[in-house]
Amino acid sequence: MNIHEALEIVSQTHSGMVRSHNEDSVIYDASCGMVVLADGMGGYNAGEVASGIAVSVLATEIKHRLESVRPEDRDDSGEEIGVALLRENVQKANASIYSAAQSQPQYAGMGTTIVAGLFYDNKVAVAHVGDSRMYRLRGETFETITRDHSLLQEQIDGGMISKEDARVSRNKNLVTRAVGIDAEVAVEVNVHEVQIGDIYLLCSDGLNDMVEDEDIGSTLQMLQANLPLAAGQLIEMANDNGGRDNVSVILAKVKGDFAAPRGWLANLLSWFKN
Amino acid sequence: MAAKLILSMDGVVLHEYTLNKERMTIGRKPHNDVAIDNLAVSGEHAAIVTILNDSFLEDMDSTNGVMVNGAPVKKHFLQNNDVIEIGKYKLKYMNEQKGQATAEDFEKTMVLRAPVKTQNVDTTMKTTQVTPPPTHAATGKFEAAPPQAAVAQPSAMPAPAEKPPVPPSAAVRPAALQILSGPNAGRELDLVKNLTTLGKPGVQVAVLTRRPNGYFITHVEGASYPTLNGKMLDEHPHQLSDHNIIELAGIKMEFYFKE
Repeated sequence: MNIHEALEIVSQTHSGMVRSHNEDSVIYDASCGMVVLADGMGGYNAGEVASGIAVSVLATEIKHRLESVRPEDRDDSGEEIGVALLRENVQKANASIYSAAQSQPQYAGMGTTIVAGLFYDNKVAVAHVGDSRMYRLRGETFETITRDHSLLQEQIDGGMISKEDARVSRNKNLVTRAVGIDAEVAVEVNVHEVQIGDIYLLCSDGLNDMVEDEDIGSTLQMLQANLPLAAGQLIEMANDNGGRDNVSVILAKVKGDFAAPRGWLANLLSWFKN
Repeated sequence: MAAKLILSMDGVVLHEYTLNKERMTIGRKPHNDVAIDNLAVSGEHAAIVTILNDSFLEDMDSTNGVMVNGAPVKKHFLQNNDVIEIGKYKLKYMNEQKGQATAEDFEKTMVLRAPVKTQNVDTTMKTTQVTPPPTHAATGKFEAAPPQAAVAQPSAMPAPAEKPPVPPSAAVRPAALQILSGPNAGRELDLVKNLTTLGKPGVQVAVLTRRPNGYFITHVEGASYPTLNGKMLDEHPHQLSDHNIIELAGIKMEFYFKE
């Protein structure tokens, strides 16, 4: 099955009940199995600009490169191309945002979080910077598969604060990494194997700060047969609970096998591609 | 605006302290930030560690212990208005930030700045700043970066008190469904959760959502839509009124408000 048939993807974004601007950006491309979500920060509308640059750089660059390379192949350094593509393009977005910020005073200091997934060969490579998350629903289990780059997460990891206390911490929303605020950025990329029936949720903190993980998970489980309804329901819940921030979600459901074709014919054909 | 401690005994306020240091000690010896000259207080009784907007109280193995809001603690994450008790002395922890931020600043994500990474031509570090970036905290002891490194971007106040989200159940009229036909006829289902799914997965499913402004029914999956008072619905949510009759997967049920 090709990636387009194997994945069902929907996205939705909302500025929430309090903010006047929506500084989140979302994009996806089912034909390459790519999903990208960014939560921008900065004065005026700089957040919108930063997150917009991030998603468009990734979407256009990766789609373009995938016309001539296969993500499951390995490059000269031995790394999977899918992984390298994500990392390099987040760094490209970083350079782009950073230089835009330097050139215009109203964009000074702007930045964005990012969480991006590339599905190929029955796996998903996930790159992220900041506290926008990717969750996975597999059967009855709903959990995050990214770890926030935030002050609170470091405190939890260091044993300084419990998860329950973290919920009422006043240091929420302080990220330790962001795209576009420095000349260089450390991108975290991990690869996860994918199973049929999995549902992946990318979201900005406007969702997980307003709705408990448990409620997000049970909503997804109950409405998994209707992805657009599930996306709308999550946004509605965030807004019903106060909607104090922009809220965005991308849902990707795995409906079939998308193993990369192997064997001499596939390799020959891909040789022609290059 | 930093947090404060208000020291009192028998209802008389003795002193007010500002939590402007990473670590403030409380004890009988005069070198303590909060020095309490009383024999029931140990030389070094307790400490309060402040990381940006959060403060943690720690008992330093004192003889008589420390209580917060009447309960003995060894370590406690301080919340606004908590009362710390050491012997007969009370220390009220105050951390309000009212009027400092507008609604827009709630939930604003901000960056905790480590030393700025300038473009490096080679791999040697050119920065002369000494502050360790927060990522080195994995050893277990978190060293809060000194104030100059924690520049909020843009210059907004740190996020004020988090009110936990108000669960919709607080304001919504309780309601239930009564099954009118089929094998479960007569059964009553209280709608206590935010989402209740009805029907057969893979055949026909609808969801009843409970929101602050009422109850809604929405089609989830299936070849045909549910009917409401005999009229077939579409893919949009529909608000339910008292005594509406829903039919789904051949089963009739009545929605009503419990009063």
